Amino acid sequence: MKRILIRQGRILDPANGVDRIADLALAEGRIVGLDPTGFQADETLDAKGLWILPGLVDLAARLREPGEEHKGTVASECRAAAAAGVTTVCAQPDTQPPIDSPADVRLLRQKAEAAAGARVAVVGALTNGLDGEHLTEMAALAEAGCVGMSNAQRPVADLLVLRRALEYAAGLRLTVFAQPMEATLTRGSCAHEGAVASRLGLAAIPVAAETAALGHWLALVEQTGARVHFGRLSSAAGVRLLARAISDGLPVSGDAAAHQLFLTEMDVADFNPQCRVLPPLRAERDRDALRDALADGTLSVLCSDHQPHEIDAKLAPFAEAQPGISALETLLPLSLRLVDEGVLPLAEAIARVTHAPAGILGLPTGTLSAGAAADLCVFDPQAEWELDADQLLSRGHNTPFHGWPFRGRVRRTFIDGREVHAADGEPAA
Amino acid sequence: MNALNPRPGPLPNDLQLTDDGRLRHLLDVEGLGRPLLEQILDNAESFAGLNDQGVKKVPLLRGKTVANLFFEPSTRTRTTFELAAKRLSADVMSLTMSASSTTKGETLLDTLRNLEAMQCDMFIVRHAEAGAAHFIARHVAPNIAVINAGDGRHAHPTQALLDMFTIRRHKGDLSRLRIAVVGDVLHSRVARSEIHALNTLAAGEVRVIGPRTLLPAGVERLGVQVYHDMDEGLRDVDVVIMLRLQRERMRGAFIPSEHEYFQRYGLTEARLALAAPDAIVMHPGPANRGVEITSEVADGPQSVILRQVTYGLSIRMAVMSMVMGVNPKVPA
Repeated sequence: MKRILIRQGRILDPANGVDRIADLALAEGRIVGLDPTGFQADETLDAKGLWILPGLVDLAARLREPGEEHKGTVASECRAAAAAGVTTVCAQPDTQPPIDSPADVRLLRQKAEAAAGARVAVVGALTNGLDGEHLTEMAALAEAGCVGMSNAQRPVADLLVLRRALEYAAGLRLTVFAQPMEATLTRGSCAHEGAVASRLGLAAIPVAAETAALGHWLALVEQTGARVHFGRLSSAAGVRLLARAISDGLPVSGDAAAHQLFLTEMDVADFNPQCRVLPPLRAERDRDALRDALADGTLSVLCSDHQPHEIDAKLAPFAEAQPGISALETLLPLSLRLVDEGVLPLAEAIARVTHAPAGILGLPTGTLSAGAAADLCVFDPQAEWELDADQLLSRGHNTPFHGWPFRGRVRRTFIDGREVHAADGEPAA
Repeated sequence: MNALNPRPGPLPNDLQLTDDGRLRHLLDVEGLGRPLLEQILDNAESFAGLNDQGVKKVPLLRGKTVANLFFEPSTRTRTTFELAAKRLSADVMSLTMSASSTTKGETLLDTLRNLEAMQCDMFIVRHAEAGAAHFIARHVAPNIAVINAGDGRHAHPTQALLDMFTIRRHKGDLSRLRIAVVGDVLHSRVARSEIHALNTLAAGEVRVIGPRTLLPAGVERLGVQVYHDMDEGLRDVDVVIMLRLQRERMRGAFIPSEHEYFQRYGLTEARLALAAPDAIVMHPGPANRGVEITSEVADGPQSVILRQVTYGLSIRMAVMSMVMGVNPKVPA
């Protein structure tokens, strides 16, 4: 394996409080350290004017395999992730069939290895087939490599089942990933209950769908002591509940999807099916509250909530379009845009997509610490570009950010010290 | 340009107007200015005048082909559109697509492509989903005009226009009038379009009356006064527009029972007496007698319900000729 010296880049490693120009050495797939003395490099990379970031860790991506390969595959999505600087993606269990057995997990991990793109961390199903009734063999799933359990967007309506799932997971010290959305307040609806849905006559999802579910979950967290991460919060009231739970000392954390920090219900006003997401885009003050919660750390993580779709899935009237955004490739650009818009400082923004999510997963990644796996990206902060949906590497080209201008772009991505992506036609090593 | 991502896209309002502000599609009342609404009403007046003179057919759309695309069952609206097209001398075909075979967008687009290939000039569209007419207008060949005959709970512009026509004919200047829309506003595309039309035409006061469960969240932001008490809401109004209460709403537990609904929101002669003495009663039909309105009121002297149907023909003739770029010539 090559010994690489990346010279004179701006090292941005918030986990270690580092932000300075330095040389970074990689050997044996690991980070040797900054400004090493006597390092013999096989290859030297000039990074003057460029940033060196830890590889991004994305807590929620749909890879669509098995079952929906027309939307995406492990290979297609992991390569898209790597090109966008994302070196670890957390695969969600709501595939077809769901990932609820150790064999499913191993198969997924093998496919990811063969794809030579981003690493895949697998979240296993909390209940068999996500049926919300029978617990999965969580211990076996964890042994096969699952980083936690989730029922994704499927409800666990029976609170006794949920209580036992949390107790069982807590006994195994497993993190449970929750997407709080009360099914009975969500079913058959597609837009935020507010001015726009009322005007357009779209069946509406109230904020209470989120807070009612959070209420159930939090009560059971308090009861069981299980560690729960709440994903894709969408409302001011939702983050308020999370903040209170955190200050009460409950073992909980939360994230928001990057698109929720930029889009609102107003973006649905022209029935744009690309803005059909779940939970729905909410009001401006919800978006502002999410930004505040991200800034004050209530939301410690920003994720992509990547959901690639084939063209036909979005070629339909709003309510009939399938929800979700192909979002891996906008995670870093949108995170950095938050810095430009003064929402949070650069180091914080990077932390929210690197070592903070790695910490939730319990993985020793998302940093440039000496000895850590050499997962990192080389970023050109000056590159100006415009997002073209057709140019997305993901199999899904469904994005509402088509035409948005961005500054800064990933030039190279390394995983385990191996170059898995190089822009501008330079061949991958 | 990415076909899937029309951003920065035309807003629905822009979509239905040509660059010089003429009507290109009719998708929604929202976004049409007062002069355009008044022009539609004036043109409908010309057609109504022709009708009164016994002229039933004009050659304005001779050689044009109109396709009625009904993805949701409807008899009355479809029939009036058909009749309006025939009176304009257009060729008409009506297709009723079963919801099951066309629930997917690609099927909807496939259907459109096929009809385009048959060289249609106009699509009249009814669909169960809000935004379906916009979707079709956005993806249709540029020579085809789209008229929304009802999309989900969103809009039913020709119904709203014929209601405005009715009010103008029977009550005159809208700015002096108090108008109440009563019933299931939440699920009503008619109510949404009426509210926009009334506000655009600067109606004096627009009220909505109904139980909280049947009013959309924040309905007052549409520019209406909200009443949950029928007697209070009806006081001194000049126009009462009753909405149809669909029976399946009862199963969805929006209201406890038909009986209680009738007790609280049914339009009876006694209640109507609270309105202005010369108030008119309207209903987009078909009315549930004994649920939202009594037969005495529906068939009574203040009811203009059947006139609405007649005016609907003139409005639809006006709109169809306008989106085809022709205007009625009224014989001197």
